Amino acid sequence: MRQSRGLLFFIFTLVLFCLYLNLPFDLQFSRKILNKEFSFNLPRPRINFRLGKSVFNRDLNFKKGLDLSGGMQVTLLADMEQIGQPSRTTALESARSVISRRVDLYGVSEATVKTSVAGADYRLIVELPGVDKPQEALDLIGQTASLVFATPIYQADPASPGAEPQLVTFVPSDLTGKDLSLAQVTFETQNRQPAVSIKFKDPGRDKFAKLTKEFLGKPLAILLDNSLLSAPTVQSEITTGDAIISGSFTLDEAKFLATQLNAGALPVPVKILSQKVISATLGEDSIRQSVLAGAIGLSIVAAFMILYYGWLGVIAVIGLGVYSLITATLYRLIPVTLTLPGVAGFLLSIGMAVDSNILVFERYREEIRAGRSWPVSLELGFGRAWNSIKDANLATIITGLILFNPLDWSFLNASGAVRGFALTLLLGIFISLFTGIVVTRTLLRFFYHGTNQSPNQPQQP
Amino acid sequence: MINWLKLRYLYLALSLLIIIPGAISLARFGLKLSIDFTGGSVLTLSDSTIIRQKDMTQQQADEMVGKLKEKNKDLKMVSFETLGPSLGQETIKKTIYAVLLASLLILIHITRAFKQLKFGVCALLAMLHDSLVLLGIFSLLGHFFGIEVDLLFVTATLTVLSFSVHDTIVVYDRIRELQKRHSNESVYDLANQAVSETMIRSLNNSLTIIFMLLALFLLGGASTRFFALALLIGTISGSYSSPFTAVPLLVIWDDLRKSRGRTS
Repeated sequence: MRQSRGLLFFIFTLVLFCLYLNLPFDLQFSRKILNKEFSFNLPRPRINFRLGKSVFNRDLNFKKGLDLSGGMQVTLLADMEQIGQPSRTTALESARSVISRRVDLYGVSEATVKTSVAGADYRLIVELPGVDKPQEALDLIGQTASLVFATPIYQADPASPGAEPQLVTFVPSDLTGKDLSLAQVTFETQNRQPAVSIKFKDPGRDKFAKLTKEFLGKPLAILLDNSLLSAPTVQSEITTGDAIISGSFTLDEAKFLATQLNAGALPVPVKILSQKVISATLGEDSIRQSVLAGAIGLSIVAAFMILYYGWLGVIAVIGLGVYSLITATLYRLIPVTLTLPGVAGFLLSIGMAVDSNILVFERYREEIRAGRSWPVSLELGFGRAWNSIKDANLATIITGLILFNPLDWSFLNASGAVRGFALTLLLGIFISLFTGIVVTRTLLRFFYHGTNQSPNQPQQP
Repeated sequence: MINWLKLRYLYLALSLLIIIPGAISLARFGLKLSIDFTGGSVLTLSDSTIIRQKDMTQQQADEMVGKLKEKNKDLKMVSFETLGPSLGQETIKKTIYAVLLASLLILIHITRAFKQLKFGVCALLAMLHDSLVLLGIFSLLGHFFGIEVDLLFVTATLTVLSFSVHDTIVVYDRIRELQKRHSNESVYDLANQAVSETMIRSLNNSLTIIFMLLALFLLGGASTRFFALALLIGTISGSYSSPFTAVPLLVIWDDLRKSRGRTS
């Protein structure tokens, strides 16, 4: 009994802790009682601590997946034809960092870029929550944005000897976007047109100085992705490493170009393998509908348990409440990215969570029927039901693990939707084992008083 | 006590009544696969029109929405999805591996837990029963109502498999327990008693899950409607298959062994 008292205290503390972590807003209270000011302030919790090297930082909001928040997901295939086998993983990794830099600069919050290798395919999975202009985002992600400075080639026209040599073409120099240290939006002094100012890094500054010296009074072309952006004439030798790219941009175009130049070029060309765009309204509808469905389903389950099992059912429903609370807390702490199938997995796990209760209660009734006293029946019920609860849940855990694919085996699925479902299902099983066995058992020991008669009729609460 | 197992062949016949039309449909029409498996593009608009094309880029989709907007100003894109065909092939392969791996592990788990191969094999057969019911019904639904099978359906199938086994283990556990207490009784009697004793638990447990899934199916919104339906069909089949497929098979297994013992 002493041990159970400890458990009861533990459960009570756990519930309070979970309630606190689930606080939806700052709790404030102040009132005058007997001319004395009582005030009380409990801010919404935030977690931020450091354990050795790992930083643990949570704002404790539910993290919504793309199908609930709206946004887009793109799977890109990196073309590795030009890259040797040993350096392909590195190339993929640097493509990933370039894309995440571009996405960050573009201002998408909580974007993720992941890499995945399937057979001979090198893939990048980009998730952009809240993006409502998919084409713009695609341009940003996929463009190679290689900036090259090109020098002019002159050729004398053989038909008219003695005439000035004509400008025929530009050839790329070794001065490229890689030599940039910073690109910024600026406005031209004469006509206030948006333009992009660039600054070269050390070796680039020297190269640029050499070019401007060599081609003084001649045009120098700026090529972006092999198309001519502008070809300003060099007015003077520039040794400071500053230049301006102008090309009758709109402000947005100038911003876009600056972003791309800052983020650098993609080391490998990419193409779109699959793409998914979900509008924010669809996400909102889905949340509303799932919450409604969940609430109604949960009420029916609760009503059924109470009607059929009486006081036992009431305690099972309290256990279910604790289950939901712990689940919500873990979702916030881990954090679990909630997707629609994930929500469905959670709702399904509630249906399964009552199973351990039902198993125990049926056992309990059997023991009562066999003529045992209720406290003995209760303990026997839990003891005997444990075997089947254990073996049955192990089977579900096996499937859950195969769906979740924790070791990232490449022959199994790794899609976000399936994993989201698997994670909520797995968490559901472990939490329901805890609430179904430990919590309900402790509550029953303290708050339940059974009868020793055979309960042929369902008891009334 | 009700003599449940007297009608064991009737239960199997009932199952076949559902499985055979489904299997014929599966063989003739197959499943209506979504772009998750075939590749292609689907554009959904706010007036719930769905445009399917073999291959559409974002730009083409935007243009299409723009053109349709001229007629109906409030029209908006709700979702747009496009998938390369190679990805679809890969998904099919991965699905098959997942199902095979799950079956193998569950067979090992049950055989180990019950220390007899027949428990594992019969539980696996009951699982097969449930997947055939589910696939068959969705093949019919696909042929007659155009309901597609997508990646979530795979998830639902695997979940149903685990639920089916979950339910079967509860009954088998009872047989195992009774075996320890009454080692001289026949499998037939033990199985009968086990089915009787777990019937209410099975019914109640299935009911709670069915309540939840019904709510999800009726109110949960379009994106998870058929996911919930698949789980619902699977749960019902899984609840039926534990006492009425897995246990009868166990008894029939024993019958067969006995009659073979007599002839040899």
